[in-house]
Amino acid sequence: MHGNRFRHNFLTALLLAPATAWLVVFLVLPFIAIAIFSVGERAPEGGYQAAFTLAQYANLPARATAFWNTMVLAPVGALACLLVAYPVAYYLALQAPQRWRLILLALVVIPFWTSLLMRTYAWMYILGGRGIPALLAFVGIEDVRLINTPGAVLLGIVYGYLPLMILPIYVSLERLDRRLLEASTDLGATPLSTFLGVTLKLSLPGVMTGFSLVMILLLGEYLIPTLLGGGKVFFIGNALVDLFLQSRNWPFGSAIAITLVAVSVVVLIAANRISTRVSGARRVDLI
Amino acid sequence: MRAFVTAVFAFLYLPIALVVLFSFNAGRHASEFTGFSVQWYGTALSNPFLVEALKNSLFIATTSALLAAVCGTAAALGLARVGMRTRAVFDALLGAAIVVPGVVIGISTLVALVQLFGVVNPFLASIWPGDQPPKLSLGYGSIIAAHGLFSMALVTMIVGTRLGSLDRNLVEASSDLYATPLTTFRSIVLPQIMPAVVAGFLLAFTFSFDDFIVAFFVAGAQTTLPIYVFASIRRGVTPEINAIATIVLVASVLLVVLAQWQLRQRKPSN
Repeated sequence: MHGNRFRHNFLTALLLAPATAWLVVFLVLPFIAIAIFSVGERAPEGGYQAAFTLAQYANLPARATAFWNTMVLAPVGALACLLVAYPVAYYLALQAPQRWRLILLALVVIPFWTSLLMRTYAWMYILGGRGIPALLAFVGIEDVRLINTPGAVLLGIVYGYLPLMILPIYVSLERLDRRLLEASTDLGATPLSTFLGVTLKLSLPGVMTGFSLVMILLLGEYLIPTLLGGGKVFFIGNALVDLFLQSRNWPFGSAIAITLVAVSVVVLIAANRISTRVSGARRVDLI
Repeated sequence: MRAFVTAVFAFLYLPIALVVLFSFNAGRHASEFTGFSVQWYGTALSNPFLVEALKNSLFIATTSALLAAVCGTAAALGLARVGMRTRAVFDALLGAAIVVPGVVIGISTLVALVQLFGVVNPFLASIWPGDQPPKLSLGYGSIIAAHGLFSMALVTMIVGTRLGSLDRNLVEASSDLYATPLTTFRSIVLPQIMPAVVAGFLLAFTFSFDDFIVAFFVAGAQTTLPIYVFASIRRGVTPEINAIATIVLVASVLLVVLAQWQLRQRKPSN
């Protein structure tokens, strides 16, 4: 019996060993490394020099624009995604004909799994001088500037992350017990109050999952502001690329990265709290 | 409602359609379609830098997805055998690997590896008998490992879900009939989780192939396809990029459809 137990444990450890090594070497240790870096100093030639100072954190306001842009456009972008996504998820889950449902759902997911770089690049095309502005000039509206504006970044955000918002909302609406909707109608509720009191309320876990996922991914976004914001609408992601790859100020970059992760964790916890409180249900697991 | 949904689908697919359309444009410009031609595919595929980047991406995506599929599956199997507390720690780490933004994964991996190389390389040089000690540096290895982290977490979760819905009775019946654990695994468990493993592999491949930001930090002197495309976009939009984008789009769609199809195969009955 004892030998058997030992063998069981040994096999378990063997199965978990590669994943553990991977997680430790490429997730835990790197994270500890940037935490240490964030209290260090920039070496004269760039990179890192050992120290213990909170100067990097005190210096965070130097990148206030990047923080401000991200902290405004991430929630606004997630909200815009939500407003577009909800009706689509509602239609797919509750109104679309049964045999079309899976096909339409696949059509929603496919763009998400194709390269964000390629899809964002398509918008450079459409919003750029030869796209919509050229069309507008044709009907007499001259000098419209679309690309390299915050609006273009917002559009890119909605376009890029829409599928990620539709999916969890769809899942929670799909699971909704339709008898509740009938019951609500039978009890004399108007369609609007049925929607607000039953449908919307029960789909909130999905809404919160989608919202927090999109928002967290947006906090680290780099490509969309670079390609559609044209260097004017900088995000934290852009600041990090600049600090690590161009100005080689690793300690300051690390402090920003740690702050970013802290904000993400707060967003996740808040989303979980809100959805548990509002609907008494847990968030939707995507996988 | 239907009109709105139709509009959203148009919004999702119109840009993709435009890229595909203009990849077949005979002219150089994005503004007008001057005739059908496949010349830009030829131009793209005869560009040595582009082909090199494509090969790098294929190699990196295949290797990291394979490693992720093997280690992720092993981890999922291992996790089914441990207590609640170990499981919770693992789940938190796997969740972190998925949720932490790509930029942060990229920079932290870069920082940690550069530090590690700073220690290991002088050490190797000091113990090396010959003149040319091996020198570790950023490159294929670091991209593969960084991509594999996210992919492995994804595979572990997908396979873990599948394991959860596995019919326990079959496993018990198998051992009651004196099958060795290995035989039970090979003939009962593996066939049932295989679709999830394959789906995980394909999704991992797609992720690695499409990833720009993580590779941007840890690629060192190597170029992957997204890095090449990003650099060319900044130099100016060309029909050549449209052709490559179209190839990549078609390939990713095929892989994702394949992955979904695999996931729906032989769903374990519950």
